Amino acid sequence: MTKAAKLIRVTYLGLLILALIAPMLGLYPVFVMKLLCFALFACAFNLLLGFTGLLSFGHAAFFGSAAYVTGWLIKSQHFTPELGLLAGALASGLIGLVVGAVAIRRQGIYFAMITLAIAQMVYFVCLQVPFTGGEDGLQGVPRGALFGLISLESDTAMYYLVVAIFVASFLAITRIVSSPFGQVLKMIRENEPRAISLGYQVDRYKLLAFVLSAALAGLAGSLKTLVMGFATLSDVHWSMSGEVILMTLLGGVGTFFGPAFGAGIVIALQNMLADKVGSWVTVIIGVIFVLCVLAFRKGIVGELQAYLRRRQR
Amino acid sequence: MSAEYILETRGLSKEFKGFVAVNSVDLKVQRGHIHALIGPNGAGKTTFFNLLTKFLLPTRGSIVFNGNDITTEAPAQTARRGIVRSFQISAVFPHMTVLENVRAALQRNLGTSFHFWKPESTLFHLHDRARQLLAEVDLQDFADELTVNLPYGRKRALELATTLALEPELMLLDEPTQGMGHEDVDRVTQLIKKVSVGRTILMVEHNMNVVSSIADRITVLQRGAIIADGPYAEVSKNPLVIEAYMGTVDTALQGAH
Repeated sequence: MTKAAKLIRVTYLGLLILALIAPMLGLYPVFVMKLLCFALFACAFNLLLGFTGLLSFGHAAFFGSAAYVTGWLIKSQHFTPELGLLAGALASGLIGLVVGAVAIRRQGIYFAMITLAIAQMVYFVCLQVPFTGGEDGLQGVPRGALFGLISLESDTAMYYLVVAIFVASFLAITRIVSSPFGQVLKMIRENEPRAISLGYQVDRYKLLAFVLSAALAGLAGSLKTLVMGFATLSDVHWSMSGEVILMTLLGGVGTFFGPAFGAGIVIALQNMLADKVGSWVTVIIGVIFVLCVLAFRKGIVGELQAYLRRRQR
Repeated sequence: MSAEYILETRGLSKEFKGFVAVNSVDLKVQRGHIHALIGPNGAGKTTFFNLLTKFLLPTRGSIVFNGNDITTEAPAQTARRGIVRSFQISAVFPHMTVLENVRAALQRNLGTSFHFWKPESTLFHLHDRARQLLAEVDLQDFADELTVNLPYGRKRALELATTLALEPELMLLDEPTQGMGHEDVDRVTQLIKKVSVGRTILMVEHNMNVVSSIADRITVLQRGAIIADGPYAEVSKNPLVIEAYMGTVDTALQGAH
């Protein structure tokens, strides 16, 4: 194993241990859970932007609609949490299939605009249909008991479920990226005409990548509903789509851990500053983003990796 | 199989809003030949290439490969039939290693390219074959290098190795020596000659030294139409061709030594 690979392993192990003992360090578990939900959302988004080269500007549609589906199923249909999560992810995967099938017909900015336009339609639907609670959103979603056995009402039980789901999803994403399928995604990102000339029907690969990304983004949204107990319009709002792009770029697009790191920074800042500076928090995050894009374009984790690679030579 | 010609175009035309880029081209490519397509800038060579590989749809006419009409097929489908193209600028995957570039082509035939749950190690058995292909183009020592770091000539060699990995019946090379220094041109020319064994090559090429040394047959395009077709010695003396290139019939075609 190379030195860099070893370092990465040690870092991941350290982060995992940190995540496992976080509640004992006095970190507020709901905060860490929220952070992990958004970290998962950003990692799912990065599967598309970082590893396939597709910029979706409508990922809130997947995050938010899964949040609603899970909330409604658990609250009104008395689903168990695991089924609610699964159904949420499946629902957004299905929406992803439809949105993706339309959007992948175009490239670049047109692709982004189509995803944005459809996401706006999803937003409108969420505002109008009866089961979402309109302006009020879905409130008071109970956490219930996992498999009907383990009550998630305690933050500790909920916390370890969130950690487990995040770790499993993170590993799933790393597997997808390195799989034979992931190799084709890399080809599409690197040189799409060449991938076509080698005989790959790139649209099918892009569509599958889109569906996987949407389903994982949905899982993040569902999990968020379960943790916080509500799903609201801000989950499907276009600014959520913007936020996930920001998190991903800040942390490092195309790196495995960068998006999670970026999500951590954004959520932590929002959390720390919200009651001190009010809506100025948007301005502060904006400034950080501009500085990041100007000074270290690969994002924080991306620059760190580049630095380690240079030192290795 | 109709043995003599591997590829035929019949009345192939492409118009862009009234401008005729390719005008009723009837081209026959003989199996086993290195066939060169030449012509001055803007003669429609690249457009013609894009038609053959389905990156553009023809306005009229048809393309027949091995007796099958492939005019309306999708580009990836055409590639699967055994027509693989290269591009004018080097077509590599820059942020993958040299070995991974070749593996990318080999992987297609495994049929596992949609398997997103399988580990990368299921592809490792392709490395032996990939290294063989790299050795054929003298790149064996660069296998683990990131492709973006290779010099231009080596990238083109890598592109050839990747193309060869697909075992194409017909290779379409779009200006394989463009933008190269002398030593690279010679190397790539020899490579093309070497890999032409057992397959057919149709290439667009500007460099007359390359064309005269390896092409079995030459077709000259001008303003989208064929003005000459035949072996080099014949074509290079054709007054139409000399005029198209030099603007006058007094000079012999450059590089005809």
